[in-house]
Amino acid sequence: MNRRSKPLVLCGVAVITVALAGCGPREPDNPGGPAMVQRLTESQYRNIIADVFGSDIRVVGRFEPIVRKEGLIEVGTNGATVTPAGFEQLDSMARNIAAQVFEPGRRDRTVPCKPKAPNEPDDACAAQTLAKYGRLLFRRPLTTAQLKARVSVARDAATASGSFYSGLQLALATELEMPEFVFRVDMVEPDPNHPGKVTLDAFSKASRLSFLLWNTAPDDELLTAAERGELNTRRGLARQVDRLLASPRLDAGVRAFFVDMLAFDGFDTLAKDSKIYPEFNPTVAADAQEQTLKTISDLLLAQKGDYRDLFTTRKTFLDRALGPIYYVPVPPKHGWIPYEFPKGDPRAGLLSQISFASLYAHPGQSSPTLRGKAVREVFLCQKVPAPPANVNFAVAQDTSNPEFRTARARLTAHRTNPTCAGCHRIMDPIGLALENFDGIGAYRTDENGVPIDASGELDGARFANPQELGRALHDNPATASCLVDTVYKYGSGRAPDKSQREWLRWLDERFASESYRLPALLRTLALSDGFYAVSGSGGFDSARSAASSGSKSPEG
Amino acid sequence: MNITRRKVLRGVAGGIGATIALPFLDCMLDTNGTALASGAPLPVRFGTWFWGCGMNPERWNPKATGGAYEITPELKPIEPVRSQITVLSKFDVLLDGKPNFVHTSGNIGITTGQAPSQADQYDLPTIDVLVADAIGTTSRFRSLEVTATGNPRHSYSRRSTSVVNPSEGSPVAFYTRIFGPDFKDPNAADFKPDPGVMLRRSVLSSVSDDRAAILKQVGAADRARLDEYFTSVRQLEQQLELQLQKPPPAEACVIPKKPADGPVGQDIEVSAGNHKLLAELLAMALACNQTKVFNVVFSDSASSLTKAGTDKTHHTLTHEELLDPQLNYQPQATWFGMRSLEAWATFVSVLSSVREGSGTLLDNCLVLAHSDTSFAKTHDVLGIPIMIAGRAGGKMKTGIHIAGNGESVTRIGLTIQQAMGLPIDKWGVGAMQTSKPVSDLLA
Repeated sequence: MNRRSKPLVLCGVAVITVALAGCGPREPDNPGGPAMVQRLTESQYRNIIADVFGSDIRVVGRFEPIVRKEGLIEVGTNGATVTPAGFEQLDSMARNIAAQVFEPGRRDRTVPCKPKAPNEPDDACAAQTLAKYGRLLFRRPLTTAQLKARVSVARDAATASGSFYSGLQLALATELEMPEFVFRVDMVEPDPNHPGKVTLDAFSKASRLSFLLWNTAPDDELLTAAERGELNTRRGLARQVDRLLASPRLDAGVRAFFVDMLAFDGFDTLAKDSKIYPEFNPTVAADAQEQTLKTISDLLLAQKGDYRDLFTTRKTFLDRALGPIYYVPVPPKHGWIPYEFPKGDPRAGLLSQISFASLYAHPGQSSPTLRGKAVREVFLCQKVPAPPANVNFAVAQDTSNPEFRTARARLTAHRTNPTCAGCHRIMDPIGLALENFDGIGAYRTDENGVPIDASGELDGARFANPQELGRALHDNPATASCLVDTVYKYGSGRAPDKSQREWLRWLDERFASESYRLPALLRTLALSDGFYAVSGSGGFDSARSAASSGSKSPEG
Repeated sequence: MNITRRKVLRGVAGGIGATIALPFLDCMLDTNGTALASGAPLPVRFGTWFWGCGMNPERWNPKATGGAYEITPELKPIEPVRSQITVLSKFDVLLDGKPNFVHTSGNIGITTGQAPSQADQYDLPTIDVLVADAIGTTSRFRSLEVTATGNPRHSYSRRSTSVVNPSEGSPVAFYTRIFGPDFKDPNAADFKPDPGVMLRRSVLSSVSDDRAAILKQVGAADRARLDEYFTSVRQLEQQLELQLQKPPPAEACVIPKKPADGPVGQDIEVSAGNHKLLAELLAMALACNQTKVFNVVFSDSASSLTKAGTDKTHHTLTHEELLDPQLNYQPQATWFGMRSLEAWATFVSVLSSVREGSGTLLDNCLVLAHSDTSFAKTHDVLGIPIMIAGRAGGKMKTGIHIAGNGESVTRIGLTIQQAMGLPIDKWGVGAMQTSKPVSDLLA
């Protein structure tokens, strides 16, 4: 379970910032996986529209849900397509966005040229506009043929409608409807550093980097670096990686990662029984997520803290909506306030927050099993097998002993059944330690009049209460290596296989040597060859390269 | 006939609206097929209706077969519409040595004819997708999916594991999608093709112009996904083409009122209310020839329905509720099952309350209702409850009970596909492959 071993070389912060290939052991080979075709997620789509056209453009419509795979939506994007119902929505969003972009009040800002006349086609101005946006939307320059086709749509539509801007609007809508925008299609080229192998071309590299760190398409500067071949040099890549990491937009990228890892999309449809939990409402659900993301962002980015401290930290942020559930008075009109729970308080770490407690629970009660499963799968990357179909509830139904008043009592029944015991033994002790938090995360000391016993054991570490469980998770070696796996899975869009074990171990060691700081891990990953590796032939298949992409060979 | 975008656009530019001669449109729109052409017989529609967490077999399955069976305690809710429904009991999903993946094996077995080899894995398209591929491509919507739970992920209409036709859960949004600005009233007195729509259609066709370039850049599996994408583009083009034609009149079509904005969710009172609204809108979508295929989810597999003030969901109750020693069943879990059947009876009456031709809309439908388990506590996939409503334009018999006695459930799927006109003589995989339709189902 513990893939990580002690780092061989410890290096100081100053060294890291100048060392381009990193210090410590050399990066082992990562054979990579096949080239990917990933559908944009809703948040990526929205981010790109805001980045390219301005955050005042409204995106109105519904996105098809993406089926989570290997624990992440981001892995599910590699398999997702667009159904007829989904395309109907994409079409209406695209037309709506394009109409806003070229509205009379906005066109001076959004059209980089003046058309000859507003009521007739102007190929040159249309080309300039559509090339500009096409490059940002497709994440690479349009080919000559692509641009010609878009300009022709604009011309024909301008002729038909008698308006240059209507033509432009319809042509831009088609750019938003083309698979080159909707899907992130990996393009590969021969790998200059590993003869006989292939790697992502500069534009696909730029995309992978940008979606990892900012959860959006590459910006103009990153695309320009790709065009100039700078991403194929260590120095050029490092310059861009450091720029992206230093940007305040890293916060949005890191939040998107944790939203995916923590499966916060579950909140979209989370409902609690309003008679049992009258305090829980949509505001609480939204603010609970924000609280967790603020905690993460503050500890990992602002404080540059140790990732593992997320499970023990007593520092968080609270607002008026959350105050009552935490029994903490929050003064009105203060919005979010930083708050530190006192030493010894059970509220320590992410597991004690409302977001975790309410998401992994039933509508009307807590669920030690769901919580234990989530800790195993989300934070330790351990797979819990599906329950057997024919569960024997004989013990739980023994009517001579019908009073299973606490979850522990009910689940003991499960664990005394050999078919159930195997899995429940690894889930329940974790979940039972969190039983002090009810189905919405309010603190309680008893259930149905019986005191809650939150003691248990996690992989050999004993604990007596929720805060000690957090400590055990902090100290569990699988916790850090799970984050490494999840970040790699998220960035590459696929689950690692055996052939990547050694490479991931190297990443684990680097993460440890950098005091488990997330930005350092992201930097190591983004600068590694392995992050961009694509499996497959030494025989480079020219059909998969973007010959006309404009990428040049490295100069440096 | 090769009409290029350029030519169409010149047409639009040359004369907006009424001056475009109809023969020009006819030749342009000849790809629509004849299903909606004037004078065609009333279409036969296919749909599914799903509820989660099954029933109690000994209280649900009728004893006698045929038309004179006695209504059992758990079939009570369908009594008012029993003449419209055929009850199918004791047809089995055969796992073929594969594990029973809880709440997915049974459902996937019924709809794809193959027990999954992993939880929630769809190796084959579901039956509604197969039927829609055959009869749905010429209507405005290839198929329509709705869920009473409000959660768009609750859809079991799937081409593959990751290609899921998303469900609409909001009656207001469902109304707007069908009867919003893009709706063309088939019974409107005058018809003028909208030049804006014509422009949209031709512009949209440019999205696929360059498809070869992107398809050659990807591997086989991704090519299939991108092909699916272009199929979706094509479907929208067809929708627009249909808007440019005068639709054939649909006598049963009455444009419904827009429903009021209300809550969505899995509280059973909320779900049941939304289910009725969605059913009424769907009925009119069918009567107005907007689609021929539909899928309704009343509750998800492993039903997450709740009852206000009760701490357990329907699903949790099926596992945790004690068997009542006097009744010998789980009263609270069973209550949810009964409510589900009430909703099904409502659905059937909504379709049969619409007069169409010499009968009802339901007479021209074939609706397959089923659950994911029989006895949910043990996730039993033997004898999952199945019902068929509607006579499929006279092809199916209703009002009877047929007992499968352990026969493969695929016999039902085969019969349905044949009744819907699909040219197949066998269906199902492995132990579930069959070439024997259920002849008692056929009129």
